[in-house]
Amino acid sequence: MASTETAGRLTQSGPLRPGWVASPWLTFAARRLGRLVVATGTLLTLTFLMLHLVPGDPVRSSLPPGASAELIRAKRHELGLDKSLPAQFVDYVGDVLHGRFGTSIATGESVGSIVANRLPPTVQIATLAFLTILVIALPTGIAVAVLTRSGRRWWLDAPFTFVTGFVGAIPQFLGAVGLVFVFSVTLKWLPVAGRTGVASYILPIVALSAGLSGHLARIVRVETLVVLEKDYLRTARSKRLSVIRTYGRHALPNILTSVLTISGMMLPGLIGGTVLVESVFAWPGLGTTLVQAILAQDYQVVQGIVLLLGIIVLVTNLVVDVALALIDPQSSIRST
Amino acid sequence: MRIRMRHRGTRTSTAMIGLAGAVVLLLTAVIAPLLWSGRATVPDTDHLLEGMSARHLLGTDGLGRDVFYRVMVATRTSLSLALLSAVSGAVGGVLLGALSTLLGRRAQRLFSSLLAIWLSFPDLLLVMFLSVIVGVGGGGAVVAVAIAFAPSFARLAQTLSSSVVTRDYISAVRLMGLSRTRILVRHVLPNVAEPLILNTTFAIGGALLFLSGLSFLGLGVQPPAYDWGQLLAQGLDSIYVSPLAALAPGVAIVVAGVVPIFCGEALAALAGRRHVSTRKAARSTAASEVQCPELTAVGNHLLDVEGLRVAVPADDGMAEVVRNFDLRLSKGEMVGVVGESGSGKSMSAMAVAGLQPPTAEIRAKTFSVGGTDPRRLRPGPARRLYARSLGMIFQDPMSSLNPLMAVGAQLSEGVRIHRSLSRSAARQLAARRLAQVRIPHAEQRLGERPHQLSGGMRQRAMIAMSLMCEPDLIIADEPTTALDVTIQREIMKLLADANSDGVTVVLISHDISLILDVCERVVVMYAGRIVEELAARDVTTAARHPYTRALLRSVPTMTTDRQLPLATIPGRPPTRNDETAGCPFAPRCERASESCTETMPPLERTGPGARVACWHPVPTTTSARGVMAR
Repeated sequence: MASTETAGRLTQSGPLRPGWVASPWLTFAARRLGRLVVATGTLLTLTFLMLHLVPGDPVRSSLPPGASAELIRAKRHELGLDKSLPAQFVDYVGDVLHGRFGTSIATGESVGSIVANRLPPTVQIATLAFLTILVIALPTGIAVAVLTRSGRRWWLDAPFTFVTGFVGAIPQFLGAVGLVFVFSVTLKWLPVAGRTGVASYILPIVALSAGLSGHLARIVRVETLVVLEKDYLRTARSKRLSVIRTYGRHALPNILTSVLTISGMMLPGLIGGTVLVESVFAWPGLGTTLVQAILAQDYQVVQGIVLLLGIIVLVTNLVVDVALALIDPQSSIRST
Repeated sequence: MRIRMRHRGTRTSTAMIGLAGAVVLLLTAVIAPLLWSGRATVPDTDHLLEGMSARHLLGTDGLGRDVFYRVMVATRTSLSLALLSAVSGAVGGVLLGALSTLLGRRAQRLFSSLLAIWLSFPDLLLVMFLSVIVGVGGGGAVVAVAIAFAPSFARLAQTLSSSVVTRDYISAVRLMGLSRTRILVRHVLPNVAEPLILNTTFAIGGALLFLSGLSFLGLGVQPPAYDWGQLLAQGLDSIYVSPLAALAPGVAIVVAGVVPIFCGEALAALAGRRHVSTRKAARSTAASEVQCPELTAVGNHLLDVEGLRVAVPADDGMAEVVRNFDLRLSKGEMVGVVGESGSGKSMSAMAVAGLQPPTAEIRAKTFSVGGTDPRRLRPGPARRLYARSLGMIFQDPMSSLNPLMAVGAQLSEGVRIHRSLSRSAARQLAARRLAQVRIPHAEQRLGERPHQLSGGMRQRAMIAMSLMCEPDLIIADEPTTALDVTIQREIMKLLADANSDGVTVVLISHDISLILDVCERVVVMYAGRIVEELAARDVTTAARHPYTRALLRSVPTMTTDRQLPLATIPGRPPTRNDETAGCPFAPRCERASESCTETMPPLERTGPGARVACWHPVPTTTSARGVMAR
């Protein structure tokens, strides 16, 4: 079995030119770069097409109802909408590369400056929430795994599964409403909405991180149990290292590599979740702006924000992949 | 057993809750709009934004409409939209994925990478983006959610079908000349149906949350129609005045979102995919129960273990896997422990080394390592005692080395801690040890990770590692089983070398010929017990136990008649469930008599350094037929 696998791999990679050996790092970088280019291209195409696919005519709706045909044509020309579709696409890509994202039809403000104003609050809560998730899920998951390892303290199993499952099952925006009810309306400890100081950060971050922490804690626990059963941990024990060293030096890095992949995959979900959570707390971020823009049919703004969020997702994915490839020498990620 | 039952109980009750919830939800969706759609829309202008009352069970909203009735009536809209979008997403996705398997190799690759890109974007953003294009509203939201869900189903269908397609029976029907489409419909789809149904169930829950989210944002169902998401948004506006108007639809969404997950669990249970339980019965007896004998003077024995018993948790309480194991080692000895897998040889060794599984229970009349009973020490000193007196070598060097740590660091960490060596001194020592086990370019190897070494080199590195703290004793547990036969010789040579340098070696193996090659003394184990012990040179001529003889016969030698089939031991070694009062080998033994099945023969001394546990030992005078000539 093993031999046929090796043979398969050899034939797949094909004959290498003599004197030239492909560095796995080079191929990895080339593949990732290629994927990033394709993904960005797809993103640009989609956001470009969006403006043409949306129902209604953006030019007409931006002008007063009784606008003359002359005026409409002039506006159309001004926006470059009278050119052919491919030509418009080239214009669009050029604009994006120069940082020109158009102007908001509703406010006349440039999309670039809107995004620049609204991005920081979103990045703040998303980053803080991500850190919160790691800070809660990693120690909890590892601790529960170590405590319940091979059937010990079985009574801890049910509460952990129940709590993480319950918290994980509540969608972020509903959790947010519940939090508002308890901490703002009933207890009046924290502000109900807005971005007015340190206290106003607490509820959005908790709402964003609670469910994902529950999920990740479960995953961390399973991964930890897997690592704890590994032969190399038995080797570490046979070297009679201290408990802290056994877990810290031998188990933790191995747990982290697998958990990093999963938490990396959680990032897009986190970015999606901010859109809803921001709406609950009237948080002045990209999410609320996006929703308002959709409702106001301000498609230039929608386009800009979707493009930006999309690029953020692509870049985070890339960073996670590269980090993984660096940490784990055997990671299969490098061959994908 | 008790715990197991309890576990299964939780599972069934989860499934029951899920099914009951689904029935209640569906009934509500059908009945509520028929009964209450009138009451849900009639404004009661005298009672705006009121709390609970007899008249309005859950109070009223800003227009004086009854919250309870509105939430109940909205069930139909919320559920039907969720079902519609999840099912159409699943069907569309599966079709897409199934069709892609009919594509050529290149097109399939392209399709997969497009899917990967699509899947890497947040679902909610996709849904919002699509709902902009399709149009804001309930219908648009359904289409958007369906399109957003389709890729994950396409990916699933693709993975599942390709895993099925490569199976043997698909190749078989392909050889029969069936068309691709027919193979797909008749043979592939039925085999992937179950996980797809499971995922669709989960997708219904997910769709419900997305649709509620969209409506909550004002991008989904538009007034005058209403669903839970919209009710939640309206309720949130007046959460200070009447929180129930926001909480009631919220609870409804959570409940309806959880029910499909429970149903999925029920389906999964029906399909017989039970999760492997991580918890087993673990009723450890109190540590005080372990009998600790008085420390006795143990002379110059490196290791002295007497009456060792190891029990591990089984389905019904604890099962003894090692009974009355004895081992006494003097300096410079090389002792082999042989037995079939499951004979308890590894477990005995692990228990001796203090590396038994955490739930195992250990008792022993005497237990001393380097003259001290480690069980009587505090953890720190016990670790130091073990580290300096005992090194371990394990079976599979690939999995036994930490993949993320450089070889040098793994070698040197032990001496740095237990012998307080500096980093550079430890490194130099590690390089010397690697060179000692004949690893070329040792200095350079220190910086490499295990996967950069060959299998044989990894095991040599393991041997070097076990020698780092200069222990008096090394236990090698099947050190060559995972390696090529050619490498086996080198490894055995290294162990023998270490032994001639004065290190006592315990070699554990299922291969008696390997042990006879290098060891002076042989311990034969069967079903957790020692059945025979004797000098290695006497084994071929003076082995008394029928099991030892049988082990010898199963080894082919130069003189073995190749025309005859290779000798095997009939039957199987007993499992933990095969409890017997008699000799555990009796069922497989040709010499067994009535008494063998009734009473366990004691391990009795038959000569200097020779012991056997058998009622009918083989007479020493008989030369064993087919025994290796050496």
